[in-house]
Amino acid sequence: MGNPMKIRATAKDGVTEVKVLMSHEMETGFRKDSSGNPIPAWFIAEVTAKLDGKDVMKAQWGPSISKNPYLSFKIKGGAAGGKVAITWVDSKGDSRTDQATIA
Amino acid sequence: MTAHPRAGLATLLLVAAVSAGVARAESDATIEGIEKYREALRDGNPAELFEAQGEELWKKPAGPKSVSLETCDLGMGPGVVAGAYAHLPRYFADTDKVQDAESRILTCMATLQGVDVKKYVDARWTSPEKDELVALATYVSGQSKGVKVAASATHPKERAMFDLGKRMFYFQGGPHDFSCATCHGQEGARIRLQDLPNIPTQKGAAAGWTSWPAYRVSSGQMWSMQWRLADCFRQQRFPEPIYGSDVTVALSMFMAATANGATMDTPGIKR
Repeated sequence: MGNPMKIRATAKDGVTEVKVLMSHEMETGFRKDSSGNPIPAWFIAEVTAKLDGKDVMKAQWGPSISKNPYLSFKIKGGAAGGKVAITWVDSKGDSRTDQATIA
Repeated sequence: MTAHPRAGLATLLLVAAVSAGVARAESDATIEGIEKYREALRDGNPAELFEAQGEELWKKPAGPKSVSLETCDLGMGPGVVAGAYAHLPRYFADTDKVQDAESRILTCMATLQGVDVKKYVDARWTSPEKDELVALATYVSGQSKGVKVAASATHPKERAMFDLGKRMFYFQGGPHDFSCATCHGQEGARIRLQDLPNIPTQKGAAAGWTSWPAYRVSSGQMWSMQWRLADCFRQQRFPEPIYGSDVTVALSMFMAATANGATMDTPGIKR
């Protein structure tokens, strides 16, 4: 499930700029806890962006992405009132989708 | 023959002058680089995630009485959150104490929700209890973003707190013989990439006071002012202060009242 994302999308001159903040631990798998046991890897592995229901971006992520990642990208097209949906799937198979309306 | 050593000296001086110039240009470029990095960080501050979490906690009925914190009086009247953080710490008649945002939140949790706050006070940083308090403080501080700092320090108890905070700030001790002023009492000092504000000045106090609670990128942690202060104590090798205790509120009072007139920029972001 995870915590909600923060998504902002603004359209200007036929280009939509999307800014996403995701809430995730992004554990690399290389760290150890206080008793010396390795902390298992746990990170967002796949990110999908949709504009009005149509896939516009797919990204494969790994453990080198920071905790609570911030993602910003631009889409050709999109207009005020349109919908941008972001989905992430993490290495434990957990996923979360959030949607924002383009301003 | 005498001309040669002199020419040599002149060349040396020239070289010295040039290298000083290079060093200055280099440090300017470094500062510019730091500024660019900060600019990049500001756009997408993960503190927003904690703000959202804090808002949820604020509005969700909880505790033995199953009441939300929405009627909490942060000094602007029951239920008023907007702008409250910028007026804290202040004197509260009901508790007969000067309180900062975090100790006031504890009071509200105890009186409104019937929560046993001792568990929250004693909990370690990064424990679920402290995470809740930090998220709440982040939410409350975010509701004062853009508001001018106006800590009064006119009530006798507020004045006393200000004086106590000032005393603590200059109090030197511990195995390193440190005081807050050792690092925060001079202009232009920094530790790695972080400028150290000169807190006894209005500008310095403002730089510190208006930017906490802040998200720390390097650790991925959200820190409240209480956590910031507790860690300052640790860095000075002082005993860790009790969460929300008078000495921490006093230091906040000293900073806030010195920063009066500055604009809150909370929640902030740090390297």
